[in-house]
Amino acid sequence: MNRLVADAWRIARKDLAIERSSRVVGSQILPFGIVMLLLFAFGVDPELQVRGGERSILAEIAPGLFWITVLLALLLVSGRSFAVESDDGSLDALLVSGVHPGSILAGKTLVVAIQLALLEVVVGAGSMLLFGVRVDDPLHLLVVMLSTTVALAGAGTLLLAVVAGYSGRDTLGPLLVLPSMAPVLIGATAASGAALYGTGSDGAAWTWALVAFALLYGAAGIVSAGALLEDV
Amino acid sequence: MSEAASPSDDGTVPPVASPVARLRGAVCVLGGFPALAGVDLDLHAGEVAWLRGPNGAGKTTLLRLLAGLGTVRQGSAEVLGADLTRVADRRWLRRRVGLLAHATFLYDDLTVEENIRFWADLHRSDPGDVDSAMARFGLDGRLRTVPVRGLSAGQRRRTSLAVLVARRPLLWLLDEPHAGLDAEGRAMVDRLITDATGAGATVIVASHDADHMPALAPRVLDVAGGVVRDAPAPGAES
Repeated sequence: MNRLVADAWRIARKDLAIERSSRVVGSQILPFGIVMLLLFAFGVDPELQVRGGERSILAEIAPGLFWITVLLALLLVSGRSFAVESDDGSLDALLVSGVHPGSILAGKTLVVAIQLALLEVVVGAGSMLLFGVRVDDPLHLLVVMLSTTVALAGAGTLLLAVVAGYSGRDTLGPLLVLPSMAPVLIGATAASGAALYGTGSDGAAWTWALVAFALLYGAAGIVSAGALLEDV
Repeated sequence: MSEAASPSDDGTVPPVASPVARLRGAVCVLGGFPALAGVDLDLHAGEVAWLRGPNGAGKTTLLRLLAGLGTVRQGSAEVLGADLTRVADRRWLRRRVGLLAHATFLYDDLTVEENIRFWADLHRSDPGDVDSAMARFGLDGRLRTVPVRGLSAGQRRRTSLAVLVARRPLLWLLDEPHAGLDAEGRAMVDRLITDATGAGATVIVASHDADHMPALAPRVLDVAGGVVRDAPAPGAES
């Protein structure tokens, strides 16, 4: 177990060093989130009010727009995470180093989650500025964001590992990831709405479901990594 | 498998099961095609063997199989005492072999030193081995802090070789190790192979270099159609 964790941390540190050097997060992922926010702002009339003029329609649907942005960014971040391994056959080298495949997925999941969390901070701040979003229950929102981020990162890494060896992975990946993440997207939107505005009676239930998704996808990645990344 | 059989501090390797590799009727299938179609092979400690054959003959597949990266569909295969039909044994084996493939296994955005230290760290190599490996391949000066994307093909190859040296594997599997290297680099590879076998390791080299290899490898293995046969020793062919 110690070796599994230590190797996962080594791989995560390496991926963070690659991101620090390439600056892809700062130059491409975060701008992608900002562009999405602006597109939503242009596409939906910000003057349109709902709930008797209590807030704009943009603020009302902001949780859904926020998680759609994060979900689309997940495709970029996770895809890149495996692209750096397949560019020069490094995935084989990781396996020849005796690294347990579970460590590879765990390390990559951690770095994908960190990048998504950075994006969420930027997109969250942008939503407050552009859409007039306010937060009723910050602690609840933090739990929702953490569990959704882990669930998305775990599932995205796991599913893109499935297609990593295929030549059509760039198009197959989104086809696999987007429908699979529908339950997480629905839960995250409902739970975020509850944390932001106290709307909906089932916010707590969705929050627990998101925590369960996070644990499930995280564990599934480690357990199934051998079958996904190795010739068994 | 036990955790035993790690290189000693002086660079020599501990005694390993003999033969180092023993394949009997080994069949390896890639994309529905038998890339290895019943291989019989014994490799012994301290031996240098030259794998030769046309493109697509199965040389790379054989190296990958010996590295624990392939699956034996039929027959039997044991390498360093690990049964290649078992997943756990293949994982154990991978920590003890060094594979140099066509790809250099390097990360473009990391520096030469970051790449070598990452791979050495994963393999729990001694930090002193990393320094000496970098010095051996002339990577301890200006090149140390250069991102790999800025290296020439030959410099990338030298960095890959330094990674391999820092790992001190028991079985070296080298696919075209001289490719892209200048005369000095080729001489470095030759010395590396000689030193490795002198320390008790076994080296298998897949190469098309018919001018260079005969002097380096006393044993020649012809690979054709997924089958491996011992060829007459280079000196005995004429």
